[in-house]
Amino acid sequence: MRLLRIVPDNTRFDFMRFRRISFPMSAMLSIAAILLYFYHGLNFGIDFVGGTLIEVQTKANPADLAKMRATISGLHLGEFQLQEFGAPNDVLIRVSEQPGGDQAQQAAVQKVRDVLGSTVDYRRVEVVGPSVSTELLSYGTIGLLSAIVAILFYLWFRFEWQFALGAMIANVHDVVLTVGFMSLTRVDFDLTSIAALLTIVGYSLNDTVVIYDRIREMLRRYKRMSMPDLLNVSVNATLSRSIVTHVTVAMSLLALLLFGGQAIRSFTATMMFGVVLVGTYTSVFIASPILIYLGVGTGRLGGAEEPETPPAAPPTASQPPKTAAPAPRRVRARR
Amino acid sequence: MLFFTRWKAAAILVTALVVCLFAVPNFFSDKTIARWPDWAQRHIVLGLDLQGGSSLLLEVDTSAVRKERLQSLDDDVLRLLRQARIPFTGRAIHGNGVEVHITRPADVKTALDKLGTLSQPLSGILGASGQRSIDINANGGTVTLTPSDAAITERIRQAVDQSIEIIQRRVNELGLVEPSIQREGIDRILVQVPGLQDPTRLKEILGKTAKLDFRMVDLSMTPQQAIETHPPPDSEVLNGQNGEKYLIEKRVLVSGGDLVDAQPGFDQRTSEPVVNFRFNSTGARKFAEATQQNVGKPFAIVLDNQVVSAPVIREPILGGQGQISGNFTVQQANDLAILLRAGALPAPLTIVEERTVGPGLGQDSIQAGEHAAYVGAALVVFFMFVTYGLFGLFANIAVSVNVAMIFGVLSMLGATLTLPGIAGIVLTVGIAVDSNVLIYERIREEVRAGRTAINAIDAGFTRALATILDSNITTFIAAAVLFYAGSGPVRGFAVTLGVGILTSLFTAFTFTRLIVAYWVRVWRPRTVPI
Repeated sequence: MRLLRIVPDNTRFDFMRFRRISFPMSAMLSIAAILLYFYHGLNFGIDFVGGTLIEVQTKANPADLAKMRATISGLHLGEFQLQEFGAPNDVLIRVSEQPGGDQAQQAAVQKVRDVLGSTVDYRRVEVVGPSVSTELLSYGTIGLLSAIVAILFYLWFRFEWQFALGAMIANVHDVVLTVGFMSLTRVDFDLTSIAALLTIVGYSLNDTVVIYDRIREMLRRYKRMSMPDLLNVSVNATLSRSIVTHVTVAMSLLALLLFGGQAIRSFTATMMFGVVLVGTYTSVFIASPILIYLGVGTGRLGGAEEPETPPAAPPTASQPPKTAAPAPRRVRARR
Repeated sequence: MLFFTRWKAAAILVTALVVCLFAVPNFFSDKTIARWPDWAQRHIVLGLDLQGGSSLLLEVDTSAVRKERLQSLDDDVLRLLRQARIPFTGRAIHGNGVEVHITRPADVKTALDKLGTLSQPLSGILGASGQRSIDINANGGTVTLTPSDAAITERIRQAVDQSIEIIQRRVNELGLVEPSIQREGIDRILVQVPGLQDPTRLKEILGKTAKLDFRMVDLSMTPQQAIETHPPPDSEVLNGQNGEKYLIEKRVLVSGGDLVDAQPGFDQRTSEPVVNFRFNSTGARKFAEATQQNVGKPFAIVLDNQVVSAPVIREPILGGQGQISGNFTVQQANDLAILLRAGALPAPLTIVEERTVGPGLGQDSIQAGEHAAYVGAALVVFFMFVTYGLFGLFANIAVSVNVAMIFGVLSMLGATLTLPGIAGIVLTVGIAVDSNVLIYERIREEVRAGRTAINAIDAGFTRALATILDSNITTFIAAAVLFYAGSGPVRGFAVTLGVGILTSLFTAFTFTRLIVAYWVRVWRPRTVPI
């Protein structure tokens, strides 16, 4: 059987050259995302701004949204939205937070329940009061930040500080772009979005760490290769894995997106964007080349050595074992 | 890397098998499982978003607790100073404390001694903490008594504990199935009731403090006069159920705490719904005395500062039994009886968050989750096979074992499975293969580098495992933070993600390796089919 090779063997793509394009591009996109966040804002769900969310299924099919809108606007509950949700007779009603504290929210739900009466089935009712919503937002933010910091400390401990810093820049880049995506698409930003962001942080790092691991190995093995070449070799060597893994993750996410139901759609859409699109791009085009600027590997070229002579062609994985100097681990591995 | 002693291989297989077996109870009905031994009964609990139900987050009104504490301190000050016959002026609650001005400077020392008895040392974690329950400061003749923060915190803690107990009783009285009531943070209580579709009645029952008092009606002036001028100092104007006004004495004859039983019933003459109640012996004695002294006068039954009814005492009530009537519906009489039996809450509760999921949505979510899981798994399995052939098949076996083990561990933990939790499992399938991908890609590289088959496999495993460990630990950290910072459904996601990472580490390090090692031993391959 001929097996699928997504990335041909001995691929030698010069990824590092693209840093002159990818860095400015990412910088611009990040600025755009930040501007979006401040001027376009996020579509905060009730978890973070308080209010009421009611999902109903009307007994009449399809639901008469106009009539429902008229009925509810008669209640004078301030701003509210009606939206078809997944099916033509499935309606999502969102009522903004009522002035007057936690009890006022409860009163509002009761009013909506009273006017809709038994013309609908209540599939979901969520009421979040003002005291809880502010807390949820601050816990979410703290959680996200502490996750990034905890992971950084781990990387610092396992690698060198430059790697930790590079990973953090890549990480923040991912989070910023994903937030920009959420702002642009008006995806509901609720508790599950925080979960999605954290998962993106985890996976994007997962990918970065795999490449960093290889870079570290190469640094030990090739003492004289120039940094861009060394990074290119490392990225190329892990490229096939990156792509295969992201295809499988994308497949799982696609299944969730298409069949997982409306309730987690915004969650999976965000994840798809963050993990598959941004995470992969970041680890190859941002996290790796940034190590050049952070000065990784400068110390290893001893001053006494001959001036750097870049090999005619960057050595690929097919060459090293014959010429590579010290590799005690391999000796141990060969039993 | 490819050598396993017989014992080690057996241990790996047994571990995987045992963990998988823990998932078995999930496939049987609760009834069947109930007959099994205790240790085998643990199973995954469906979250409220999947099985439907209602979740209410209640907040104990801590400002009411604080206010009540100050009020009783104020009463104590009045009592003590009067007993000691110390003249004083300007007794009032100011901010966080009670302030009183001792008229004669000579009395200040005695007053401080007397008031000092109100302040008790607080016990810390290790014996006495050096803090006292009330800080007393004297500035000339002005004495300020401030309850310390520690004392207030302790009082709030007690109030929450007491509230949980009372909520428990009320919810049980409603006959709801398997309610879960637990403390959240300092001043919150989470009440979760699976299967409850319309929490309106539950909210009504929990929203009432149910503080019941029997007090006399003040007839010295009409309520109207009292509103227009000033009510007498020991009386206050209270509303009735339909907005009518009553002038009621502040002094409490008997309080709801003295009730031992309350049952809904019907009045014998009018056959309207009523609540019959019985006092304990102290309550009965106090009630008897009060009714003996006040025959012919009206008294009021006050519930949460609202007058339920104000009947005239026709004859002394000596038996300690009575009846509350107030134009109730049957349901109202029923609820009031429940509230009176369960007792009064120490402070009012506010509902700060409510999440209710109907059974239809829960069922749909389970179905959608299952559907997505099958499709996702099928796609991944197919892709792995196409990419890695025989080794892809090994990976697929490992992933299947992995998923079974996730269910096993979740069952062992008695974890709650939510919709995001299912998403976590589906996602784990996607990344569990990552470990295999890392290993296989490394093997491919080693083969390209010119190694023999067995050497390449061996080196592939050795080098990939270090990477797998590093990359999974970062994701695990994210999952752990998510678990601590998240709540409800999000926490469910963190649990399945975290457990998924652990089990996939296990399968990558042992199970996949074992399969490959066995294959190598049996087939003695010259080339790696990868």
